[in-house]
Amino acid sequence: MKVLYFAWVRERIGKAEEALDPPPTVATVAELIAWLSQRGEEYAHAFEKPKVIRAAIDRMHVKQDTTIAGAREIAFFPPMTGG
Amino acid sequence: MTIPVTIRLQQADFDIASEIAALSRGRTDIGAVVSFSGICRRDQAGGEGGDAIAALTLEHYSGMAEAEIARHVEEAVARWPLTGVTVIHRFGRIVPGENIVLVVTASTHREAAFQGAEFLMDYLKTRAPFWKREEGASGSAWVDAHDRDDDAAARWTKS
Repeated sequence: MKVLYFAWVRERIGKAEEALDPPPTVATVAELIAWLSQRGEEYAHAFEKPKVIRAAIDRMHVKQDTTIAGAREIAFFPPMTGG
Repeated sequence: MTIPVTIRLQQADFDIASEIAALSRGRTDIGAVVSFSGICRRDQAGGEGGDAIAALTLEHYSGMAEAEIARHVEEAVARWPLTGVTVIHRFGRIVPGENIVLVVTASTHREAAFQGAEFLMDYLKTRAPFWKREEGASGSAWVDAHDRDDDAAARWTKS
């Protein structure tokens, strides 16, 4: 799946997107965040407050208990500040 | 019935009067047009007393931003008898005094136009994937989201 990062999540991780293949035990958005946090210091820093992080699957907002099965594109970002 | 809907994300500034005119030109069914424009302020988002900002840079999630705005326009059209909607949101670097966002709603009467515009702005603030970064004399920082914006959006689900 394609994983995208925006704003300070992107800056902390140091990349805007990457292709990832998490193990099948990673079933939900929250579990994906936990799995990503183990990938290195920069990920741990980006996801240090996981409840703050917002997520979208295939360009729709989702809650963190949403399953990631079948997702093509998952994005992580801080609360939005547009308008 | 389908109504004219314009949604644009762009780096360039826009002309508010032209956008309003474009929505109502040649039509005799529109009795009310409401427009909201959001403008880049000099003050920091955190409140008063801070250093003046030199610019804002808006990052957005291309593809999702358009889709999310379109979903909210659809909801507004379902809730109020709107006869035209224009939403323009800029991204990139914007200096104080420049436009950031424009929402224009048209209807037969004012109530729907006012409420539709306010609903769209409240949701743009909290659900459209845009992030502001402030550039100041002593560096730059991401703008924090405000609870008051979440509260403003939440009131549309209470009634």
